[in-house]
Amino acid sequence: MDRLQREHEWTLLMRAALQGDEPAYRRLLSSLSQGLRVIVRSRLQRLGSTPAEAEDVVQEILLALHLKRNTWDPQTQLAPWVAAITRNKLVDTFRRRGHREEIQIESVIDSLQSDSIGDDTDAADVERMLRELSPQQRDIVQSIALEGRGTQETAAKLRMTEVAVRVALHRSLKALAARFRSDG
Amino acid sequence: MKTDQLISALSADRLAPTRPIDRSIVIALLGGSALAAIVFALLLNVRANAVESLGEWRFVMKFVVTLGLALPAISLLLRSARPLPGRMPWGLLLIAPLILGIGVASELLSMPSAAWSRRLMGHNTLYCLTLIPLLSIAPLVWVFAAMKRSAPERPGVAGAVSGLVCSCIAAALYAMHCSDDSPLFVATWYVIAIGAVTLIASCVGARLLRW
Repeated sequence: MDRLQREHEWTLLMRAALQGDEPAYRRLLSSLSQGLRVIVRSRLQRLGSTPAEAEDVVQEILLALHLKRNTWDPQTQLAPWVAAITRNKLVDTFRRRGHREEIQIESVIDSLQSDSIGDDTDAADVERMLRELSPQQRDIVQSIALEGRGTQETAAKLRMTEVAVRVALHRSLKALAARFRSDG
Repeated sequence: MKTDQLISALSADRLAPTRPIDRSIVIALLGGSALAAIVFALLLNVRANAVESLGEWRFVMKFVVTLGLALPAISLLLRSARPLPGRMPWGLLLIAPLILGIGVASELLSMPSAAWSRRLMGHNTLYCLTLIPLLSIAPLVWVFAAMKRSAPERPGVAGAVSGLVCSCIAAALYAMHCSDDSPLFVATWYVIAIGAVTLIASCVGARLLRW
């Protein structure tokens, strides 16, 4: 698939996702995460970061794309917006480690197309990450993310209403994003 | 947590925001302005000779200047809320100060120099310095609540622009009450009040609007 076609497909997937199309959203995030991994690893190499640390940043970017998706204008292409969020998070990461970094949007857009360099190495160990959440949030994230249950199934298992599960899931994701922000 | 697992959690989350940020901001501006108008109605009144004063250029200029600053600031606000703001049309902010400058010049030319300082000090500088920030509070809180959902490239700038928009709206409201119309008064006390709110909002934004 050529470059413009791929970018256009991302745009269509995000439009569908905003209408509530969950499979489209999952496909979009998986596809983006591959390019993001390549970008983040190559940028962070200079700081001597390990792949696991880079994966942390990839996850931070994915969380930001998710929680800030209302700042994308559906009339425009998705890739430049993704690149802007990515650049912002990379600059933050560098700043947290005491470096200043100029990053061109165009170069990020170009590398978004990169294909996966394999594995999604375990990012920061699950335990440490989940420790930030309340026990109930932890159960819910564990059930949905790690054990692959849906919200409905999770609600039944934990004897909660589905609405309560959804609210708790959303809060957990916000808490994870905030944890990245306050790191260091 | 593996990244694929995080993606499962993200795609299961139906509560992520979908309302476009522009719309959130416009709602906040409309609601905030309505609240400020209510505060105005409770605390102050439109000055008695307001209608006759519409023939007086100095009175009209207060609205031209404050709203002339608010409108381009709103377009800056909508852009600053995005991670990729594009070219920010800062230049449009110069129109209102230019008009005010012309007003100041005509005032200096048409008034004897002995009257200048009296017209600059006006009747109630303290009112102006208190009430403009006070009327800004409701719109600012609402706009900041909307901006919490934004992803500004520069949070401090986004905060400053929020402050500028809200204090200009507040100043336009206050202008209906304020009996000092001299451009010398506006160029001093209105500008100080608007500048102070903008500065404070910039500091708040730099902390609050990080994402």
